[in-house]
Amino acid sequence: MTQSIWRMPRWFHQMGSPKWFYDFGGILQPWFAVVAFVLLTWGVVWGLAYAPADYQQGNSFRIMYVHVPAAILSQSIFLGMAVAGAIGLIWKMKLAFMVARSCIAIGATFTIIALLTGAIWGKPTWGAYWVWDARLTSTLVLLFLYAGVMALNQAISERQVAGKATAILAIVGTINIPIIKYSVEWWNTLHQSSSFTLTSKPSMPADMYLPLLLTVLGSYCLFALVVLMRTRTQILQTQSGTSWLAQHRDITGA
Amino acid sequence: MIKFMLAIVRRDILLVARQPAEMINPLVFFVLVVALFPLGVSPEASLLSEVAAGVIWVAAMLATLLSLELLFKLDHDDGSLEQLLLAPYPSWTLVLAKVFVHWLVSGLPLILISPLIATMLFLPTHAVPALMLSLLLGTPTLSLLGAIGAALVTGVRGGGMLLTLLILPLYVPVIIFGSSSVAAAAQGMAVDGYIALLAAMFVFALMITPWAAGSALKL
Repeated sequence: MTQSIWRMPRWFHQMGSPKWFYDFGGILQPWFAVVAFVLLTWGVVWGLAYAPADYQQGNSFRIMYVHVPAAILSQSIFLGMAVAGAIGLIWKMKLAFMVARSCIAIGATFTIIALLTGAIWGKPTWGAYWVWDARLTSTLVLLFLYAGVMALNQAISERQVAGKATAILAIVGTINIPIIKYSVEWWNTLHQSSSFTLTSKPSMPADMYLPLLLTVLGSYCLFALVVLMRTRTQILQTQSGTSWLAQHRDITGA
Repeated sequence: MIKFMLAIVRRDILLVARQPAEMINPLVFFVLVVALFPLGVSPEASLLSEVAAGVIWVAAMLATLLSLELLFKLDHDDGSLEQLLLAPYPSWTLVLAKVFVHWLVSGLPLILISPLIATMLFLPTHAVPALMLSLLLGTPTLSLLGAIGAALVTGVRGGGMLLTLLILPLYVPVIIFGSSSVAAAAQGMAVDGYIALLAAMFVFALMITPWAAGSALKL
């Protein structure tokens, strides 16, 4: 009975084939690279040079164009990692574990960028590099969660087992993220509210938020690019003995 | 199934009874950590009573973590864990039974000794019931969430340090509401909200731990 509920279309299972992913990822990769480059350059130049200065914060608000995308990505990547891990656990898909594994370091990097740019931004605005505010604290906890996932993934040498263990931890962590977020919010709050919401009009003029939208979308493309690169590298590492890879044009050079 | 769980509980209690150090060490650790704070910070009553709630909760958390490392490790090392997982019962029954004994051995003594610790840190007497109640709801949550980490690091070398890394971030909500409830009680404010949230977190941990730790053990 369970099988009928969980049956997925053929393309879904096809996605789990390393060969298919390697080839399809190879096609997608340059597109993501181009789109990420265009969006990030456009957004950053517009945001840093042409967007109007803030009436209160002057030019210091411009760090937002790095800070906000990094903060958004840091959370989405953790969620993405947990979803990939869940797919791997449910449909026994090795490739999903590779994708989850690729996410860890990228997510941790975005979290560190968010914390650092936040600290630099906090000094002129709040007068302190660090305050024990809810958002800062929950981002710091998120970094610790990434550190735990990374440590667990490295500690287990067998990849299949490491992938499953990491997936379980990522899922438990994801379930906990909202609880951690709200518990620290009740505990202490100073940070301004979200920059974007889907339901209401932005509180910024278009000249300020459109560049931000571009850098956020560009960061997502950059993330997709790096995940593809890292996952394809892992495919090369783990599939090195297989015949499809030995005959692949990337290897033979033909 | 109940019989199986009771058998595990009985076996684990017997094991601890023959090795009482396992039960006493976390308790001594708890008292020691708390005793370090007056030495390190200041022996002044006004300052200590202010930080008492947080200190007691952090110490309880560390003591729980310390004892969690052995939750599945001894059984894994002598091979009995494998046999227990082969039993025709779902793995979560094993997890729940072992977590229950872990709480009985490491959590309950902390609760019983907490009034003494509270006096040492000059916590107002009227906050002691809140402290004990919050520990009563909080320490099982710590044991449950910790079991997930303990199951994940079973069989991994240097698992103790790793366990700390995995589990401490998940403990953040518990420590926030645990120590807030005690601090609120010390100031004479209502604690029902905090206690309700701690109870909610306990129920929540009770839901995810059996699945997560059970599947982690089978890896």
